[in-house]
Amino acid sequence: MEKDEKYKLKKVLLICSKGTIEDVYAALVMGNGAVMEGIECKLFFTFFGMDAIKKDTMNHLHTSTVGNPAMKMPGNLPFPTWLGGIPGIEAGVSKMMRAEMEKLDIPNVDEFLELIVAGGGEIYACKLAADMFGIKKEDLHDDVKAIITVGDLYAMCDGPGTQIIFT
Amino acid sequence: MATKTFAGVNVDVTEEGYMTDSSQWNKDVAEAIATEQDVELTEKHFEILDYIRNKVASGATLTIRGINKSGVVNAKEFYQMFPGAPLKKSTMIAGVPKPESCI
Repeated sequence: MEKDEKYKLKKVLLICSKGTIEDVYAALVMGNGAVMEGIECKLFFTFFGMDAIKKDTMNHLHTSTVGNPAMKMPGNLPFPTWLGGIPGIEAGVSKMMRAEMEKLDIPNVDEFLELIVAGGGEIYACKLAADMFGIKKEDLHDDVKAIITVGDLYAMCDGPGTQIIFT
Repeated sequence: MATKTFAGVNVDVTEEGYMTDSSQWNKDVAEAIATEQDVELTEKHFEILDYIRNKVASGATLTIRGINKSGVVNAKEFYQMFPGAPLKKSTMIAGVPKPESCI
């Protein structure tokens, strides 16, 4: 007989593999939201997502201004791809976006990581990506707990009510 | 809408247990709600509850970041003092509406 029971979400593992503002913040907002709800949370950064936990890049993330049909100019006008390719445009748009987020009281990446860790969340970096990009533990923000393998990651996924979310 | 009795006071609450009339709140009511939430209130807790009530009264949105910067308590202590879901628990005990905040 089929059981129609509801299982409470107890643990989430969030994997962030991209380094744009929107991809990183998707992982951070979901991670912070999890600890706020009392859900155990582990965040795993890999590939270009490593930019979000590297001290020198974490607070200067960009959004892509080319090839993004949802990108709009002020006044909700379409944002042409050719415009996004002009030097300086991506940096300017990214800066504007970060300023808008600050207005909504959305913290910088380093502050966000601190809030997540304060709530009991854990931040990890991918060993393969670290090796590939030549990144060492000291290059990463102090709140990054360890550089781990994919096997270590799966070992943390035990227990009922666990979900892995890839952003 | 439902009514619950805390410390001999009838208070209006939502289905989730958040008070809808902040003026019905007093410290004894807070103690009673806290007991239900498995939180033992100290002086420090009341400082936080005051901060929350003032913030909400001023129309501001409550966030963990705001609490961290409040000067009353930092985020880590806040998580320890209201274990589980701190923003939800603390607002419930403070007798204010459930916060509509993603951060």
